[in-house]
Amino acid sequence: MAEKNYTTVSIPKPLAKKVKKRMEGTGFNSMSSYVTYVLRQVISSMEEEDQTEDFSEEDEEKVKERLRALGYLD
Amino acid sequence: MSKPHGGTLVNQIASDKKSERLKEEAQEMKNIKLDSGLRKDVQNIANGVYSPLTGFLKRNDFDWVLEESRLSDDTPWTLPIVLDITKQRRDELSEGEEICLETENGKPFATLDIEELYGFDKKRMAREIYGTEDEDHPGVQRTMNMNDHLVGGDIVQFKENSTDFEKFHLTPKETRILFKEKGWRSIVGFQTRNVPHMGHEYVQKTALSFVDGIFINPIIGKKKPGDYRDEVILDAYDTLMGEYYLKDRAVMSILEAEMRYAGPKEAIFHAIMRKNFGCTHFIVGRDHAGVGDYYGPYEAQDIFNKFPDLDMTPVHFKSFTYCEKCGGAVDGHICPHDDEHRENFSGTKMRNMFKDGKTPPEHMMRPEVAETVLEHDEKFVKEE
Repeated sequence: MAEKNYTTVSIPKPLAKKVKKRMEGTGFNSMSSYVTYVLRQVISSMEEEDQTEDFSEEDEEKVKERLRALGYLD
Repeated sequence: MSKPHGGTLVNQIASDKKSERLKEEAQEMKNIKLDSGLRKDVQNIANGVYSPLTGFLKRNDFDWVLEESRLSDDTPWTLPIVLDITKQRRDELSEGEEICLETENGKPFATLDIEELYGFDKKRMAREIYGTEDEDHPGVQRTMNMNDHLVGGDIVQFKENSTDFEKFHLTPKETRILFKEKGWRSIVGFQTRNVPHMGHEYVQKTALSFVDGIFINPIIGKKKPGDYRDEVILDAYDTLMGEYYLKDRAVMSILEAEMRYAGPKEAIFHAIMRKNFGCTHFIVGRDHAGVGDYYGPYEAQDIFNKFPDLDMTPVHFKSFTYCEKCGGAVDGHICPHDDEHRENFSGTKMRNMFKDGKTPPEHMMRPEVAETVLEHDEKFVKEE
């Protein structure tokens, strides 16, 4: 079995009520799985904004040279 | 453009200097000879196609992938990338040891830092990945034929990639720089293992009309007897793209990997790989990566709903046909005509025509593409 680290998070009862209502008809069978789904979505969109991707100029030039030689770039 | 899966594009290729040193050291190391599928896995790890993996899975990640379709840090991941060894080999190796990985031809090409040696239950693995233990399923068969033990740990590949198709081989780093250079921000990936017919072109161009570019990414590797040979697929696409696609809007390069026929789970895996190449969208057709009747026709599309954090937009296509009244490829959303006016794009029918030396009709396949296929004496993979 995978080493699972589930934990409990407390949320206000009125919010839990709203979540429960929102869950209706979604196919989720527990509030935990629904909240997990929503949190993954939120966190993933935040992480996307945080990330940057850089290749060094030298690297890029080398790659472009190969791409030109193979006909991918003019 | 999509960020690499897990946030960082993995690069486990040694520098020139390090390669030379590792090659020398490898002569003194114990070795494992890989088959072509495992060699491709190593290359895909090293080049970042399997980002965020930096090596073969260790036990905890392996269990998480089987049970949760995620790595142990919660990153979506549906197929276990593992290296299997015999009991005898396991007894000769120890955790903490560095070993040399050799290609199928016995050429040293990578090192593996053994972090864990562990056993696994093949039936459980088959059940969790393929949803069946039926050994008629090619993926289950492959699993049951694996050795009984696994080695987990990071790999480092020596400098050179090993490919028979240099012209069409691009790494994720290269495609990312290429897409950036072309000014593409939204890119749709298309997975294929077939010669393109008019139905494929319809799907690709429909998707392309909503994004900046299309990345056609044929999977190259072990195939079933009767499938088109890799050279035939590549030449056929080269012809099609040269004649009917804008160079500034379409790119093709190969993906060297083996099909597992894991249906829905493989569809997610295919999307992850294309995300690493820089794609933002991925085309998922009917029974994507399926085989026989093991999966429902749209299971591979529905599974995307379970991964809100995949950061890839699946582009779902239902079945499409040729309609003689519409005069082109259609699907149920756009064509009002009855079945009597429709004809399926049957890959089997087209393959049989080629076997008889005939050309498929123009409404099924571009004549230039058919001609390219016919130019090959050996069109299909033979029985081993």
